[in-house]
Amino acid sequence: MSTPPDITQASLYAKREPVFNHRIDGRFRRIKWAIMALCLAVYWVTPWLRWNRGPYAPDQAVLVDLGHRRFYMFGIEIWPHEFYFVAGLLIMAGIGLFLVTSAVGRAWCGYACPQTVWTDLFQHVDRLIDGDRNARFKLYKAPWGPAKIARRLVKWSIYLAISFATGGAWIYYFADAPTLQRAFWSGTADPVAYATVATLTATTFVLGGFMREQVCIYMCPWPRIQTAMTDEKSLTVTYKDFRGEPRASVKKAQKAPGAFGDCIDCNQCVAVCPTGIDIRQGPQVGCITCALCIDACDRVMKDVGRPRGLIDYATLEDSEREKAGQPPTRHLRLIWRPRTIAYFGVWAGSGLALLFLLGTRVHTGLTVAKDRNPPYILMSDGSVRNAYTLRVRNMQGRPRAMEIAIEGLPGAAMWTDDTARADAARSLVRTVPADATQALRVYVVAPASTAKQDFAFRVQAQDEARETALSEVTFDKPQEARP
Amino acid sequence: MAEKHGADIKGRLDKATQTETVGHEWDGIEELNTPLPRWWLWTFYACIVFALGYCVVYPAWPMLSSATQGTLGWTSRGELDKDMKAAAAARAKTVAALADMPIDELPKHPELMRAAVAGGAAAFRINCVQCHGAGAAGSKGFPNLNDDDWLWGGDLATIETTLLHGIRQPGDEATRMSVMPNFGSDGLLAPAQIDAVADHVLSLSGKARRNAEGAKLFADNCAVCHGPAGKGSRQFGAPDLTDAIWLDGGSKAEVVAQIGKPHMGVMPAWNGRLDPVTIKMLAAYVHSLGGGEQTPTPEPAPQP
Repeated sequence: MSTPPDITQASLYAKREPVFNHRIDGRFRRIKWAIMALCLAVYWVTPWLRWNRGPYAPDQAVLVDLGHRRFYMFGIEIWPHEFYFVAGLLIMAGIGLFLVTSAVGRAWCGYACPQTVWTDLFQHVDRLIDGDRNARFKLYKAPWGPAKIARRLVKWSIYLAISFATGGAWIYYFADAPTLQRAFWSGTADPVAYATVATLTATTFVLGGFMREQVCIYMCPWPRIQTAMTDEKSLTVTYKDFRGEPRASVKKAQKAPGAFGDCIDCNQCVAVCPTGIDIRQGPQVGCITCALCIDACDRVMKDVGRPRGLIDYATLEDSEREKAGQPPTRHLRLIWRPRTIAYFGVWAGSGLALLFLLGTRVHTGLTVAKDRNPPYILMSDGSVRNAYTLRVRNMQGRPRAMEIAIEGLPGAAMWTDDTARADAARSLVRTVPADATQALRVYVVAPASTAKQDFAFRVQAQDEARETALSEVTFDKPQEARP
Repeated sequence: MAEKHGADIKGRLDKATQTETVGHEWDGIEELNTPLPRWWLWTFYACIVFALGYCVVYPAWPMLSSATQGTLGWTSRGELDKDMKAAAAARAKTVAALADMPIDELPKHPELMRAAVAGGAAAFRINCVQCHGAGAAGSKGFPNLNDDDWLWGGDLATIETTLLHGIRQPGDEATRMSVMPNFGSDGLLAPAQIDAVADHVLSLSGKARRNAEGAKLFADNCAVCHGPAGKGSRQFGAPDLTDAIWLDGGSKAEVVAQIGKPHMGVMPAWNGRLDPVTIKMLAAYVHSLGGGEQTPTPEPAPQP
């Protein structure tokens, strides 16, 4: 044992060791490319898709219209009071992450997390401009000179261009994309648009270009949660130490067959790692399970003529089985277990519930606010009048005639602020504009003998679907004079 | 007491941290001298400089009668004035349109009508709630503006006139002037007669038995203004005595009191106190409370 480090001299700040990861090809590298391409394509293309909603609504397929408080997603239109759909989707996303994590470990981190995708992209820019691992290391050590400055400026410009292209696309989800693009480039767009683009470009530039794995290791809370959710049955990138140890070079191993493991200590798994960790030290918080070390190790194993899979996706439990000489279980069998089934049940249940709500929701709505000051009015003929403010919602993309009727309250009739008492009736019809809420002040008059009671307003769309909505309110009357 | 001072411990180094102490000790507890970081000091100095500059350019120091003005000439009243002017400029178009429009025309312009009602609601809250109540429901002696009973008429133009000239306002030629004699205190009717008339008045809405004496007295003394059937007259502002609404109370005692020494309400003439557009807005708001009447269409001239 060496002497314990002198803690009084230890600095609280350790300088970052830059990561110059090696280029590697392999099946997981190709999966990463495919996912990156898919994510970026979806991200860039989505706001430009059109969706015809008729003359009364925007024709952008996916649009978060904050100004008008509407959220459009293809055929679905969400109003503010239906925000539970968005909450439901967020819950599904959360449980989905639990499901994926318990099944295949930190797959989100390794393949789909934006921080990973952009870091990956920027590392490829590094290779393109500065060369591969050794060249980059040399350049990093080299003193500043015109050549190094020029290379750095070119590289950072490309970082900036990528950041702008990806950060800038975000704003198109919040306004009509073609219009906004014209306005953006002609300098007439809303300052919020420029501020958003500037912010997202800056954060992408800094987080993806410079902070990289430090975001994953020090800033992101997710690995802490994720590592708590993986267990010995979760698939994760694993170094099979029972097979690899003790390590020895190929030459040394040839001299003493059987004395050494398969690992030739070539360090390729460390060289390709984007977060700069050594997977052979076991599962650790810095591992984003991108599996590039698997690609690297498999290639080396092939080159030295040993079986692949020294580093592989495996569960800890299955590793133990394999160590004991039993054949590994198939991955699909590993995934299908009570914990993942439970997560899947909750996830699918939430999804089905949302779908059910979406399918059965009514595009007609009614809210009623009763006048409380004064609660009632005595009319000259002795009858009693109450006033209500009705808000009739038409959540469809066309104007609809709505019948508003009194349900209950015998003998009562109503009129509105745009008609006279002479026109009072049990029901009336108003056309509510497309995708709008119409306020209507309604006066309900009932005979003097009417007792204080609850009744309802019913609104019914006058179209083939005849959707209805009901809202219950109280009818007040003067209290009996006390003797 | 174990307090020590002075040179014996000043500048001593603390054993555990090797930090200088400030030189005080209390019951064995010493304070370490940890000076503020330099950046903190500079921020502090910068704040002082900022504060001095602030005192120069903005009003800051209270003097005997006012305060220092500051070189920018900024005042919170000036800010308010600016905001008010901006609000007025934003409303200017609506206000101009309302100023030009006869109030009878207002219902034909729903947008303007909405603006007028909203503006009237705000003006009502400042000028009218003192008597008519926050919900315009009035109280005894102060008319309820929500109902359909109007002393002088409930169409837009009539309400506007009432607002402009008020009720019983001296010095205004066009003010609403209703006069009910003091039948009791001026000795026009004997108490027994007042009692009989009150019974008759209550009988008009079924609240008392009819009596011949009261009917006769009513026809002689009251029908001039209230009409032979007690239906009232908007020309004189005489209330309808047959309906369910009693401005000054509908009990026997209250009616007797009203005949004997009538209470007659007043309302300020708002012309000159409020601008014509605000008065128009108030009329629109009062009309919108649910009891507003249609503007009567003028009767066609008789054909010769």
